[in-house]
Amino acid sequence: MTAVAGRYAPSPGAAPVSRMIAAQAAIETRMLLRQGEQLLLTVVIPTLLLVLFSGLDIVSLDASERGGGERVDFLAPGILALAVLSTAFTGQAIATGFERRYGVLKRLAASPLPRWGLMCGKTLSVLVTLLLQTALLTAVALLLGWSPHGNPVAVALLMLLGAAACSGLGLLMAGTLRAEATLAAANLVFVLLLFFGGVIIPLGDFPGALPDLLALTPLGALADGLRAVLRDGASLPWDDAAALAAWAVLGLAAAGRFFRWE
Amino acid sequence: MHTAGAEPAVEAVGLVKRYGRTTAVDGLDLTVRRATVTAVLGPNGAGKTTTIELCEGYRAPDGGRLRVLGLDPVREAALLRPRIGVMLQSGGIYPGVRAVEMLRHVAGLHAHPLDVDALAERLGLAGCGRTPYRRLSGGQKQRLALALAVVGRPELVFLDEPTAGLDPQARHATWELVRELRADGVTVVLTTHYMDEAEELADEVVIVDRGRAIAQGAPLELGGGAAADVLRFAGRPGLDLASLRAALPAGSEVTEPSPGSYRVTGDVGPRLLATVTAWCAQHGVLADRITTRRHTLEDVFLELTGRELRS
Repeated sequence: MTAVAGRYAPSPGAAPVSRMIAAQAAIETRMLLRQGEQLLLTVVIPTLLLVLFSGLDIVSLDASERGGGERVDFLAPGILALAVLSTAFTGQAIATGFERRYGVLKRLAASPLPRWGLMCGKTLSVLVTLLLQTALLTAVALLLGWSPHGNPVAVALLMLLGAAACSGLGLLMAGTLRAEATLAAANLVFVLLLFFGGVIIPLGDFPGALPDLLALTPLGALADGLRAVLRDGASLPWDDAAALAAWAVLGLAAAGRFFRWE
Repeated sequence: MHTAGAEPAVEAVGLVKRYGRTTAVDGLDLTVRRATVTAVLGPNGAGKTTTIELCEGYRAPDGGRLRVLGLDPVREAALLRPRIGVMLQSGGIYPGVRAVEMLRHVAGLHAHPLDVDALAERLGLAGCGRTPYRRLSGGQKQRLALALAVVGRPELVFLDEPTAGLDPQARHATWELVRELRADGVTVVLTTHYMDEAEELADEVVIVDRGRAIAQGAPLELGGGAAADVLRFAGRPGLDLASLRAALPAGSEVTEPSPGSYRVTGDVGPRLLATVTAWCAQHGVLADRITTRRHTLEDVFLELTGRELRS
């Protein structure tokens, strides 16, 4: 091992911020896609639910719920909403919780990447993952005979609002609870909303005031909104969009206020 | 290229940091000159890591003045962070990341990083391949954390216990890198529990105890006189100590702590040893079991911080 003179001579400096954010987004996405548990959550479960419940008459769906079409016409919008929940909420909460626990956030805080740059990187990584999920799930749904309606811009807007709402709540959880508690709680919320968020069981099947209440949850509002556009061809369901925007503002503000970096 | 500024790399005066009712750092003074290696020594809980983390800008001090590369580490963090390299005690690395992948990522956050492949090769990380961080050996993890601290070509590097738990080969490789950094003009501040590490590497040693710097100086001059050098030998009991004392250089002393066991203190060097053996030869004494011991940094450390165990 012969040292080249001056090899370590100081030459400090930060990379351009756009390059740092792109690098952070790339590594976060790679970490996410490399992890088996995360793939189970973001890819395997939504795809499996879509195929299973489209093909089998496990949950009865009447003609109005199917929008006069196939079972997949009810299921596909809900599964897209579930994909948003799995990536922006559950996946992000668990990953960020463990990054905090393992000191990754602390380590990055000493690097030239500013905190807001780290958050931009995380957001970009969520969006890239979401794009991949949407492409896959759309392809599968089309194979199953899905005939989507409506304006793609409205769909994108609803999904972005949903992702913002889920991210705020996920980061709030990751930044305040212990990593193990986040792991358990984020999975529990995922399962509960899977059943009670109007993804595979129509909200109308629940008694009393429950359907109205459940439609206000982030997943309930997103599934309902996406269904209004994709199944019924509505322009933009303002009530659902407003509910998601409210969750986004509340969640992101609380996360910004209470997130502990160490 | 940054030229080394006139101001010290680190300048702390009366630094204070409290956590609730405990005072972790209690009026600590510290000056680190540019392009030197400074070792911060101290018992567990002495305030070493807190001091380093104050310098890294992780938290604001509750009192005192702190400048790192002439900057306030908290208020001017955005300016400071690109210029420093940090090795945390616990990795701070994605469990699923590959060694070179992580190194490349952190290199990409800097403007003029080191060559990643050469650095990985230099620190024996090139062979880690696709193994995720969580399955690397302890030594590989430590070396990756070290590589991350230097890859951005910083002016000042903070290493928190860089060789804890390393095998001798890895320790020496780490020492070699620290020496090369210093030779190239990088300032290094490290904490350690290993006295030989401080003696081996440091230009300056700072002993921290109960949140204060209780001694600072070059390893050899530190605590001069606090622990005397000593030469011991065995011979027949009841030697004429007055005669031997007269033969010894000024400032030396000889005693017979137990019959036949002699202890000479003073400036223990070749001259003293030659004097003692010459006197023994003149007096027909077969000096046996001659041992010399210079006071080590460890002696000074234990003398200053006490020998009782700390929780």
